[in-house]
Amino acid sequence: MGAPIVIVGAGQSGLQVAESLRSEGWEGGILLLGEEAVPPYHRPPLSKAYLAGKAEEAQLFIRSPEALAKKRIDFRPGSRVAALDIARQTLTLADGSQLDYEGLALATGARNRALPLPGAELDGVFGLRTLDDTRRIAEALAATEAVVVIGGGFIGLEFAAVAAAQGKRVTVLEAAERLMARAVPPALSDFYLALHRAHGVRVELGVSVAAVLGEQGRAHGVRCADGREFEAGLVVAGIGVLPNDELAAAAGIACDRGILVDACSRTSAPNVVASGDCTVTRLEDGSLRRLESVQAAVEQGKSAAAALLGRERPFSARPWFWSDQYEVKLQMAGLAAGADRSVLRGSQEAHAFSLFHYRGEQLLAVDSLNQPQVHMLARRMLDAGRSPTPAQAADSGFELNTVLATPAPAMSS
Amino acid sequence: MVMITYVEPNGGRQEIDVPEGWSLMQGAMSNGVDGMEAECGGSCACATCHCYIDEAALARIPPAADNEAAMLENVVAERRPNSRLACQVKATAALEGILVELPAAQS
Ligand SMILES: Cc1cc2nc3c(=O)[nH]c(=O)nc-3n(C[C@H](O)[C@H](O)[C@H](O)COP(=O)(O)OP(=O)(O)OC[C@H]3O[C@@H](n4cnc5c(N)ncnc54)[C@H](O)[C@@H]3O)c2cc1C
Ligand code: FES
Repeated sequence: MGAPIVIVGAGQSGLQVAESLRSEGWEGGILLLGEEAVPPYHRPPLSKAYLAGKAEEAQLFIRSPEALAKKRIDFRPGSRVAALDIARQTLTLADGSQLDYEGLALATGARNRALPLPGAELDGVFGLRTLDDTRRIAEALAATEAVVVIGGGFIGLEFAAVAAAQGKRVTVLEAAERLMARAVPPALSDFYLALHRAHGVRVELGVSVAAVLGEQGRAHGVRCADGREFEAGLVVAGIGVLPNDELAAAAGIACDRGILVDACSRTSAPNVVASGDCTVTRLEDGSLRRLESVQAAVEQGKSAAAALLGRERPFSARPWFWSDQYEVKLQMAGLAAGADRSVLRGSQEAHAFSLFHYRGEQLLAVDSLNQPQVHMLARRMLDAGRSPTPAQAADSGFELNTVLATPAPAMSS
Repeated sequence: MVMITYVEPNGGRQEIDVPEGWSLMQGAMSNGVDGMEAECGGSCACATCHCYIDEAALARIPPAADNEAAMLENVVAERRPNSRLACQVKATAALEGILVELPAAQS
């Protein structure tokens, strides 16, 4: 029997590669190696429903080990890959054993950026990335009244919303002048600032945290560079992630803050593909794009499987993303970078609106709050290259789906 | 446990015991039923867990909430009167033995 296709990393993306290989007809072995001790799971609920106690742990797992076995996917938890040898098509596990591969998929994900502060090592200081992190955060949250969140990005704010809903005193400290500055336009930052404050969360913008304070190994607060101190029995840091690209880089695969791939998930090495949070994509115009989302993990995973089988299946769909905070569901379609104007549809006061982002007359992206129908239409419009005019988008009486309606068929039925 | 029969896009059938309180999405995904993607993990944000519920059982389950109904407006496969998002339907004794059909496309 020939060597198997080996997938390094059993997260959302690695799992997708494995399943797509099977559904696309690969009959050989599939080895899915994951460093974590558990089967692949959904990460988004870790800062949302699961942390809020609305789902039990068993409900997080995407597939049961039995379901993987049924698809003849050889899943091995607790297996960390330590080194790759691209020329010999072998890899070395942390326990020293070696494996040959026919094809290789890297889906090693990302890890939390460490807090570069004195006191970061104290008990009670956490990042939020894994099921294990969440278990420990949930325990610490139950045992404290005061929480400090360092970083006002999606994950920090989702966590803040869960903690506030449990009646905790929550302080969010953000270095930038607005929330989620990398991902959303200023109007949404302002909306979420007001939303969190209305729920009793203290949000401080433009602050730099100098140290985590503690006693006898336990954190009890943080100190800012301006001397202010905030009490906390639990400190959660959400200051971004770093792609796990060291394994690839050490093997000579091209990386640039992520494993470099094309739209078909191919790396610089033959028979090696990569997908998900560990990658950065070189677009046709030469620019680099890094997405950290379930959609990218899944779509790039499908492309990666196809590429290993010698087929081209570029990830071309418009990016989409969501975030749940309190009773507000944000759904984003497209990327707003480069937009020169934004049009409001709906009502900010009613917490139900969308922002349509344009460059000239071209629609680039639509951010929807509690407007699932507009979001779904926006994804279809962006994929089809259709767009309402800015005036139509702003007119809530205008039926958006008429933009998608195809011309009437020539023959009547 | 609630016994649900999932009908996969290619016509294959899988009878699955879904723990009470789990969603029909979780029951299908966990057991590797084909035809469901469930990208958002049950957040009612992706509409890739579209399914058709046994007509006879429809009346026995709570109707779709506004946000689910809005997502259903634009699912990729045909929208039918018995279309639901499987992550929003909980397995209860009232669903014992029903058929849940998966569409050919989710995304
Ligand atoms: C709390 C939280 C909330 C989120 N919310 C959303 C959201 O609302 N919407 C959204 O779209 N996205 C969200 N995301 C992002 C989304 O979860 C990720 O983009 C997605 O999980 C990426 O999948 P992946 O498989 O590429 O990486 P990962 O899920 O990180 O999986 C990589 C796996 O590889 C393993 N691994 C790494 N190195 C090795 C090695 N050398 N050997 C073996 N195994 C290895 C890791 O242990 C890990 O299990 C959220 C993420 C988090 C953490
Ligand atoms: S799993 Fe995403 S809407 Fe049901």
